[in-house]
Amino acid sequence: MDWSFITAHVPDFLAGAWVTLRFGLYGVACSVVLGLLCSLVLAYRVPVLRALVRAYVELSRNTPLLVQLFFLYAGLPRIGIRLSAEACAVVGLAFLGGGYMAEAFRSGLEAVDRTQREAGECIGLTLPQTVRYVVLPQAFATAAPAVFANMIFLIKETSMFSVLAMMDLMNVADTLRTSGGRTIEVLSMLVIAYVAILLPVSVLATLVERRMRYAGFGHQHSV
Amino acid sequence: MQDSGISILFKGVNFQRLMGGLWVTLRIALITIGLSVVLGLAFGLLMLSRRKALRAVCRAWLEIVRFMPQLVLLYLVYFGFARLFGWDLDGETSAVIVFTFWGTAEMGDLVRGAVSSIPLHQRESAAALGLTPLQAYRHVLIPQTVRRLLPQAINLSTRIIKTTALVKMINVTEVLKVGQQIIGQFYRLREAPFWVYLTIFILYFLICWPISALAGRLEKRWA
Repeated sequence: MDWSFITAHVPDFLAGAWVTLRFGLYGVACSVVLGLLCSLVLAYRVPVLRALVRAYVELSRNTPLLVQLFFLYAGLPRIGIRLSAEACAVVGLAFLGGGYMAEAFRSGLEAVDRTQREAGECIGLTLPQTVRYVVLPQAFATAAPAVFANMIFLIKETSMFSVLAMMDLMNVADTLRTSGGRTIEVLSMLVIAYVAILLPVSVLATLVERRMRYAGFGHQHSV
Repeated sequence: MQDSGISILFKGVNFQRLMGGLWVTLRIALITIGLSVVLGLAFGLLMLSRRKALRAVCRAWLEIVRFMPQLVLLYLVYFGFARLFGWDLDGETSAVIVFTFWGTAEMGDLVRGAVSSIPLHQRESAAALGLTPLQAYRHVLIPQTVRRLLPQAINLSTRIIKTTALVKMINVTEVLKVGQQIIGQFYRLREAPFWVYLTIFILYFLICWPISALAGRLEKRWA
């Protein structure tokens, strides 16, 4: 181990980690919004839109992110749709994640008993109000483990941003590896950097999941 | 007249070349799936072992390979092993090693989940009916386990197929790389990249979609 090499390049890895984390979080946030909208369309059987959403979910779940990114970054500009590398990263991750999140939220929504909706109607809530105050809180609690698993999966998938010529962790590592020849040092730092990003996220996910369970959302209480 | 670019797919043997590239990925996926199923069954039984230490070791393995992005693991084996141990593994071998390590752990976890989801009273009822342990396995326990396991195992195989797209990053000439070579050769066709990457996207979808649809159907039927 060449410690001076490692200390000299800590700032590079910090910068790379920031890119990975930042665009990972943008992508995750967009995925959650997109997935939630899609799941509502699926669960409430909105005509026409439902078929489109279904096709989208199948497309996003059955193709690799790497191929999606190549298409966005190198394919689309040739027919006049030009996105920056950063935009491709977020759009690609959201395209992939939206499908996974839609499935997670959908199973959460389906787990909420029909009587809940009817009860909402009975006490005079409108459909949007019922969804907002009655159905979603319960659906979130059921969907939480799958949603958090998807978040971690998506942050891991950001390792493919390096093909977009973004200086994420992978690309920083690649550049240093090819220029310096200190493979072991570079790979060790790479592993540590990913652990530093992923560990807090997965610990946080476990904590939030546990809290939601304490809150008792989504549990069937006897009447 | 301006060529739209779609013709690139049918120029010479371009389409056959793409299929050849796809076969390289699929071959890696098939070997990985075969090894992961066999080793995963054994790994699952280890995860169910009565020995706490053994279970802890298995759990640690699973968490480690699940935690790190696949691409990082590929780098560790492909670049790291050469440096550390002097093993000069080619890309395909490294990919099979990494994906099998990961696939075995995931498959083992599915086996563990499927077996431990069978309630104990099934075994006891079988005994009460006078079935020998062997008969109980043959007629009661294994059929139920398989019904829970099979849909998830099929889903895992689509994940493995999608993940093999990553081998491009460790210099394996698979379908994306072949696509780039074709684009390079026909650089005069402006829209060529669009059509090539779209084709690869569709090819992956055509492979993964029927498999995950099958898994979905089995899951519904056996639920």
